[in-house]
Amino acid sequence: MEGLLSFLSSFPTLLHSGVVFGTVIMFGALGEILTQKSGNLNLGVPGVMYLGGIAGLAASFLYENVFCPGHGIEPVAWISVALSLVSCFVAAALGSLLYSFLTITLRTNQNVTGLTLTIFGSGVANFFGGSLNKLAGGVGQVSVKVASEAYRAFSFDLVATVDSWTERIGFGLGTLIFSYGFLTYVVLVIAVGLWFFLSKTRYGLSLRAVGENTATADAVGINVTKYKYLATCIGGGISGFGGLYYVMNYIKGTWENSGTIEGLGWLAVALVIFATWKPLRTIWGSYLFGVLYWMFFYVAGLTRSSQEIFKMLPYVVTLFVLIMVSLRKRREDQPPASLGLPYFREDR
Amino acid sequence: MHISKRDGIVAWKAWLVRLLAIVLALLVDAIIIFAVVRLNPIDVYASMFNGAFGTEKKIWFLVRDLMILSCIGIGLAPAFKMRFWNIGAEGQMLVGGIMTAFWMINFAGKVPTWLLFVLMIVSALIAGGVWGFLPGLFKAIWNTNETLFTLMMNYIAIQLTSFFVAKWENPPGSNSVGVINRMGDVKNVGWIGNMFSKGYNADYGWVAAIVLVLAVAMFIYLNYSKQGYEIAVVGDSENTARYAGIRVRNVYMRTMAISGAICGFAGFLAVSAVSHTISTSTAGGRGFTAIIVAWLAKMNPFVMILISALLTFMDKGASQIASDFGLNEYVSQIVSGVILFFILGSEFFLNYRIQFAKAKK
Repeated sequence: MEGLLSFLSSFPTLLHSGVVFGTVIMFGALGEILTQKSGNLNLGVPGVMYLGGIAGLAASFLYENVFCPGHGIEPVAWISVALSLVSCFVAAALGSLLYSFLTITLRTNQNVTGLTLTIFGSGVANFFGGSLNKLAGGVGQVSVKVASEAYRAFSFDLVATVDSWTERIGFGLGTLIFSYGFLTYVVLVIAVGLWFFLSKTRYGLSLRAVGENTATADAVGINVTKYKYLATCIGGGISGFGGLYYVMNYIKGTWENSGTIEGLGWLAVALVIFATWKPLRTIWGSYLFGVLYWMFFYVAGLTRSSQEIFKMLPYVVTLFVLIMVSLRKRREDQPPASLGLPYFREDR
Repeated sequence: MHISKRDGIVAWKAWLVRLLAIVLALLVDAIIIFAVVRLNPIDVYASMFNGAFGTEKKIWFLVRDLMILSCIGIGLAPAFKMRFWNIGAEGQMLVGGIMTAFWMINFAGKVPTWLLFVLMIVSALIAGGVWGFLPGLFKAIWNTNETLFTLMMNYIAIQLTSFFVAKWENPPGSNSVGVINRMGDVKNVGWIGNMFSKGYNADYGWVAAIVLVLAVAMFIYLNYSKQGYEIAVVGDSENTARYAGIRVRNVYMRTMAISGAICGFAGFLAVSAVSHTISTSTAGGRGFTAIIVAWLAKMNPFVMILISALLTFMDKGASQIASDFGLNEYVSQIVSGVILFFILGSEFFLNYRIQFAKAKK
């Protein structure tokens, strides 16, 4: 009983960690939903997140630690942030472009190409990440202080004000809702925007048609190749922000060759299934994953080994959802029908 | 420009295209290496060659690693032939490794060595088999997406491994199991090489011999057995298979149990013959790499050994350049990634014919 009480009192803190963790995989999952809606199952999400993360970090690093000292000026926060955002998107989209060229134009197998992209992306990122560390003087020495602080900045006044309103119920609602960097809110806008695009616009309808039945979409005059390329590349770019958010917000603007991003990337793929390809469901789904992931930290009396069993939860839950979805066979929960299949017009 | 499907391609042309792809990939890699570190790519490749074949010991390491990679590929072959995307080799290998380590840690010296080996191998086969059987079962009954199912099973296996590593850690607090049966009464018990001979390469010789036998067996199974034929029919068209009276559900479950069991066996080899320990990196991404190997080899076990050899060579070579030129070891992933992209892309020219329309005057 006492354990339960202490767990409940620490719940807001748990939720807070869950939101930060969830944002990383929500970016990854939203990009992958856009990609998969075009019928491309890109298993290169971890690789793309790696590429986005390292490109963003490298851009800020070169600006803050090479360009600015070289010209004797102080780094400006917004420039550093803008540079990293643009480089992140471009690098991640380029990685997806490679995937698109191979799978769409050269019709290679999607699973195999995606896995290769993951190997390649993680190689590139860890190679340059390690080199940046070396440039900066040792392991864990890269630091893009200015950009990272800008990424994590939030209004203390707002948080304090709202916290004081909710003092009576025992926890700070302001901290829970307003104490994150701006990307945490951007991802929500992207989620809603993606939902709107997919279900309310003509282009979204066409894109879904491509993913459901490519041949039919082709027959009604939709430019299948263009839709697939654009959805995959833009989707990749969005996934890339997950890597950037991890680098800038989660580990505070440095680099570690630990393979964490790869694990998060696979979790993003899991989240796509969990959300049954619906952007809005990724919002609570990602926070739930985050909470499940950090749960072990807040449950009293766990040994180190039983903590590991707790960390299994997000995957077990996803597996459960996957089975339930296939069991209930509700049409609106199914994956895009031509997911993973190559398309060649003359094949019929 | 007109693209059409080829009916087939002459063998020598096919190999020429593949060779060309590898040469192009090496060129691109050379450009990348030069652009990034300004080193003479020829020196770099020479150093790679040295890294893979420099000493007898290095050659043995190469053989060992390429054989384990092939073993996983061989395990994946029947599943892929059935067009069943088993992305779960990583997890199947890990659970096999966990079982192997379990017997090595708890029963070394308590049961006769031969019995210990029987227990290790059988339990690794069963554990891997169960890990493969489950996605097969759900696919058979409810058509649950196997790519995503097996992917999740990987992470469950990884957490399970972390759980056992924390349980068995030695010395306490190190968060690693350490080399199992390194000294004392049970020195080297459960190490495959020690069972038959001495020396560092005894382990690896056994690995090579076992995997070669497996390759031959899998080749025969897939091409000359009734079950292999059933797998091929199910892979081509489930409806045809059903019409022909093949019990598709059973084929799914049986094949995935076999596939998982062989991957579990690869986990046994990795623990008993190579690292003599268990950790979350026991599979180390090889379960994923093997997917690419099996696919590129078109499920032919002997071609898998060739492709594994190429990839392992690149991997060893890249670690060597990393240490020779003060680069970071991840260069190997970049180099292999580029080669794989090119080999994958080259498949297009094997399957399709491109005709350029002649300009009309």
